[in-house]
Amino acid sequence: MTAWAADTVLAARGLVKCFGGITATDDVTLELKRGARHALIGPNGAGKTTLINLLTGVLEPSAGSISLLGQDISRMAPHQRVQRGLVRTFQINQLFNAMTPLQTLAMAVAQRRGQGARWWTPLGSGRGDIARRCDELLQQFHLADVMHQRTELLAYGKRRLLEIAIALACEPSVLLLDEPVAGVPAGQREELLQTVAALPAEVSVLLIEHDMDLVFSFASRMTVMVNGAVLTEGDPASIANDPRVRAVYLGQGDASAAIGARHG
Amino acid sequence: MSGRALDALRGLSRIRPWEPVLWLLAFAAPAALPSHALMINEIAVFALFAISLDLILGFTGIVSLGHAAFFGMGAYAAALFAKWVLPDPLSGLLFAMAVCSVLGAVCSLSILRGTDLTRLMVTLGVALILLELANQMSWLTGGADGLQGVVMAPLLGRFEFGLSGMTAAYYSLCVTFTLFIVLRRLVYSPFGATLMAVRDNRLRAMAIGIPVSARLASVYIIAAVIAGAAGALLAQTTGFASLDVFDFHRSADVMLLLVIGGTGWLYGGIVGAVVFKIMHALLSAVTPQYWTFWIGLFLVVLVMTGRERLIRPWTWWGRSRL
Repeated sequence: MTAWAADTVLAARGLVKCFGGITATDDVTLELKRGARHALIGPNGAGKTTLINLLTGVLEPSAGSISLLGQDISRMAPHQRVQRGLVRTFQINQLFNAMTPLQTLAMAVAQRRGQGARWWTPLGSGRGDIARRCDELLQQFHLADVMHQRTELLAYGKRRLLEIAIALACEPSVLLLDEPVAGVPAGQREELLQTVAALPAEVSVLLIEHDMDLVFSFASRMTVMVNGAVLTEGDPASIANDPRVRAVYLGQGDASAAIGARHG
Repeated sequence: MSGRALDALRGLSRIRPWEPVLWLLAFAAPAALPSHALMINEIAVFALFAISLDLILGFTGIVSLGHAAFFGMGAYAAALFAKWVLPDPLSGLLFAMAVCSVLGAVCSLSILRGTDLTRLMVTLGVALILLELANQMSWLTGGADGLQGVVMAPLLGRFEFGLSGMTAAYYSLCVTFTLFIVLRRLVYSPFGATLMAVRDNRLRAMAIGIPVSARLASVYIIAAVIAGAAGALLAQTTGFASLDVFDFHRSADVMLLLVIGGTGWLYGGIVGAVVFKIMHALLSAVTPQYWTFWIGLFLVVLVMTGRERLIRPWTWWGRSRL
């Protein structure tokens, strides 16, 4: 057993996932420090989302192990991992369409605080601490004015904000953000970028993103994946200077230009 | 700003002014229309049955074509209990509910996995199995002749179940009201909110820490118990249980009540039961043989135009919003 540093909150060791003959995740080892702002980048099909699915328990690894806050969670059900503080957002919005943002957040906070099985008292009753948390989240994510609308009727940017607000309602110690700004139109982007930048410092964040501006402004550490395996890991400057990383992104106009702009 | 969410959350479960009015009307109905007490009894029983389906279908998104399995089990359990153990109606009701909780727990294993289509088939299959078991075990159930000779003791030792159906109507109304209140608390609770989350997006529900399988199993058991109570009421107030209680048309009818009244708000079952029974009574008086034709036509029109539009006649000739 390798001894991991005490400030490691999430550690994946030798993760392998095969679908039939295809190796989607190839011996990935990844370590997330307390309070980290860690970005996971790589071209489409590099296996980033598969890795998230392995970490959160949606998929079962073919080999390897995952530990959260020093506890082995490799065989734990997804909801048990959430109860221990490992929370994710989705690349494609996964929301509760017939519920309002207020109901959604109150439900998520109540569930997180162990009240999900209470069936006699109304949602949000009691001393009001659930409602207070909902107010905070609604403010922070610019959702207060639409808190009574059915989620399916919200503008795309608002739904994207709700997607992340739900994750924070779960009071994560480790947050996995899967392309938070994907598909958000320019006018609605600013709110989203602000909220990502303002995530609480004590939450360790692993960010998957194609938007290099966001990646380089956000991350203090980066991991590059190619073909299911880790190509390299380092601080943003060394990643931007790494010729292998630039080769991977060669020909992908925007991303390679963004990395190149930070070179030297 | 602070306190907005608190007030808003409290508002969600607030009792609307029309709710007590509706229940007062329901309780006044047998006294006002004594000659229709038996029909009111039936409406109360089927409303309760439909509410139990709404809990799994409307609030949790579990489709079922075999909800009569629990209705039938409750009916036979109550009838057999009255015949062989104790004729007291409330004891029989509790016994039937207990039996259905066990049946619900066993059956819940069959609805945890798979798609809506597999769930439709599995629930249908379970109801068919129970129907044939009841048919085959004629030494216990009376088989195709039904279970005869069920005589109920007076309710609370005082109120005889007479031919007028007055006791029956008030008994069913009281039980339906009590269970309705419990379910109303339940759907506005955190538990109820997690059920809706499971209905809307099972993947995300899991991703925010809701134990989805446990939720599905527990709500299925609760719905089974309520459906069993409805079945028990029917058997106790009619003094009879026959294979008909397990029949496919029971499962289909209860779905029909919810389609008429609307899913996901608990009152849908009540509205559906009232509308359906009144239509049945009126239509079968006009055309005893062919009344289902009109029910069918009504259903098609209802689903094609939408409930919202149908109850607002002034919108019928306006331009439709697309």
